[in-house]
Amino acid sequence: MEIRLEYYLIISTIMLFAGIYGFITRRNLLAVLISVELMLNSVDINFAAFNRYLFPDAMEGFFFALFAIGVSAAETAVAIAITINIYRNIRNIQVHHLDTMKH
Amino acid sequence: MSMEYAVLILLLPLVTFLLLGLVGTRFSARTAGLIGSGVLAVVACLAYVTAWNYFSMPRVEGVRVPVVPLNFEWLHFTDQLHIDLGILLDPISVMMLVVITTVSLMVHLYSLGYMKGERGFQRYYAFLSLFTFSMLGLVVATNIFQTYIFWELVGVSSYLLIGFYYTKPEAVAASKKAFIVTRFADLGFLIGILLLSYFTGTFSFERLTSGDASVFADAAGVTFLGGSVIAWAVALIFIGCAGKSAMFPLHIWLPDAMEGPTPVSALIHAATMVVAGVYLVARLFPVYFFQAPEVLVMIAVVGAFTSLYAAVVACVQTDIKRVLAFSTISQIGFMMVALGVSGMEGHEGLGYMASMFHLFTHAMFKALLFLGAGAIIHAVHSNEMKYMGGLRRQMPITHLTFLIACLAISGIPPFSGFFSKDEILAACFEFSPWMGGIMSFIAALTAFYMFRLYYNIFWAQPAVHEPGHEPHEAPANMTIPLVILAAISCVAGFIPFGHFVSADGQSLTTHLEGSVAVTSVVIACVAIGIATVLYRKGTNPVPAHLAERFKGLHKAAYHRFYIDEFYQFVTHRIIFRYISRPIAWFDRHVIDGALNGLAWSAQRLSYAIRGLQSGQIQQYAYVFLLGTLIIVVLVLWV
Repeated sequence: MEIRLEYYLIISTIMLFAGIYGFITRRNLLAVLISVELMLNSVDINFAAFNRYLFPDAMEGFFFALFAIGVSAAETAVAIAITINIYRNIRNIQVHHLDTMKH
Repeated sequence: MSMEYAVLILLLPLVTFLLLGLVGTRFSARTAGLIGSGVLAVVACLAYVTAWNYFSMPRVEGVRVPVVPLNFEWLHFTDQLHIDLGILLDPISVMMLVVITTVSLMVHLYSLGYMKGERGFQRYYAFLSLFTFSMLGLVVATNIFQTYIFWELVGVSSYLLIGFYYTKPEAVAASKKAFIVTRFADLGFLIGILLLSYFTGTFSFERLTSGDASVFADAAGVTFLGGSVIAWAVALIFIGCAGKSAMFPLHIWLPDAMEGPTPVSALIHAATMVVAGVYLVARLFPVYFFQAPEVLVMIAVVGAFTSLYAAVVACVQTDIKRVLAFSTISQIGFMMVALGVSGMEGHEGLGYMASMFHLFTHAMFKALLFLGAGAIIHAVHSNEMKYMGGLRRQMPITHLTFLIACLAISGIPPFSGFFSKDEILAACFEFSPWMGGIMSFIAALTAFYMFRLYYNIFWAQPAVHEPGHEPHEAPANMTIPLVILAAISCVAGFIPFGHFVSADGQSLTTHLEGSVAVTSVVIACVAIGIATVLYRKGTNPVPAHLAERFKGLHKAAYHRFYIDEFYQFVTHRIIFRYISRPIAWFDRHVIDGALNGLAWSAQRLSYAIRGLQSGQIQQYAYVFLLGTLIIVVLVLWV
């Protein structure tokens, strides 16, 4: 069976919406972070798939995916650090409790 | 000859004002008073030097030429039209410099004694300096706009000084009244200036009064309601003059202005500021004479009527300062009449010269009268005649100087008022016998009410005073100015005034008009005689009988013919009720209401939507997603 470009796109779309759904509905900061990762990875799949299928001679898509992975790793490190600090301060990482700045 | 030092005459009082106004309370009252008086003495000397230098300059073709030692452009509109600030020295402005500085110096010295121990002594001297500065700036103005600026400045200093006793409600009301009435008149003045400058393209007095008809060429043929536009402009300027010089019907502020300290009344409301109107008419006299002779007739009529009205009212007042205030109004009326009946060339210009001469002599003897009245009020602690009487024994110096002033104002030779008033009467008789007759009658009234005042104060029945509060002569620093002014009043009549000041700048030799002089002296003596019979003993029942007999007239005159009540009625009942109230309602409910409504609806809207700003990122993301979906749907299917 031939694996076509559309299959990759379907998978990445499902991942993207799963990520959006998680970002909006999850209450735990870590779960929100995982959702963001899910969205980023879905985009990476798109990059790789488009590069492979539409422009087989070029490498930009792969490189862009690599960059995105690097950036998301850095962003995750920062986000985890913030999360740990929040936990140290208020002993809680539930999103709807993080309203200190509002008042 | 350069006379740049004249600028110091202006600047020194201004510096004194700033010094005493800003840091005056650091000084003791005595130091502040001495600083003010000392600086003014210097200013007076400078004014005398200026006068000496100016009048010793050679004439050019028999005419005294004006000198402008200083002039700079202050506001530039076009090449022709610009507002300058400068100093213009010509016969009348130099004469005014001498009058203002002399009277002001006397008042400064006198106030050292009169205001001793008053709260706000430093403030008082600061205001006196401000007034002196403004008044000097007014008379030396090179252009009509500078005059206007200083005109308002003297108005504000007058307001500040009338309201000096600001804890007294009458003083506050009087200062407001003075300011509002003169400000109202100044509206006419400002419109007049704008009209005049619009059609002539200049503010400068030298251009306006040069006799060069081309200045008025643009206005030729422009008429409004049957009068030429220049006539309207100068008539409007005269309204400003009438307000400042208390001409009927804008005189109502002057009697009330007597609420201020008495030396202030002497300086501002007798000698200097109230003659500013006369001065301005004299300053623009060629414009009036050549461009608007009909306005000059109007000035004469207004002056004569005011003079008669004020003289009648002065006959029945009981507050001595009010008698003097009405007398001032009446005498300014004399000056206005003299200008109104004057011509331009040679002997025709007698009225102009007589008006300026009377301004000069009147400033001296009226200041003397007010300062004398101040000494009396100081001694008996009241303005009312009934608390006086028999003061000639307790206050011999005040008595003698007051008598000299009364003789001067009544026109008895050889005192100064005789000469100036005689020339005014001569000019009036030349204009028309009617005018001369009326003015002679007013001169008789003047002699009568002045001697009524004199006898009631110094003769009549001595009032009963509390033990320990008997009247006593004023201290030396109050009597010395009285003596100096009395000496001036004795000799000022012999100044050959026409040699210095005349309408066309040529020397004008005057001689006593035998018939006029004799008649006026005779009727003045008769009037004084009547006053002597009626008031000398204070027991003569005739005045009371007369008052009873002509009760209505007496009461009306006592209440100044209800002019104030009429104004009160017009302003409160008509203007306030039918114009101001509806406008205030409109402002409060429609204009403010519209803005308040806008604010209110914005506030309601913000309350309604502030829930959207929750701070929950996830909620924002949700809305963001929804928005994206809606856009996608719209793009794909619509």
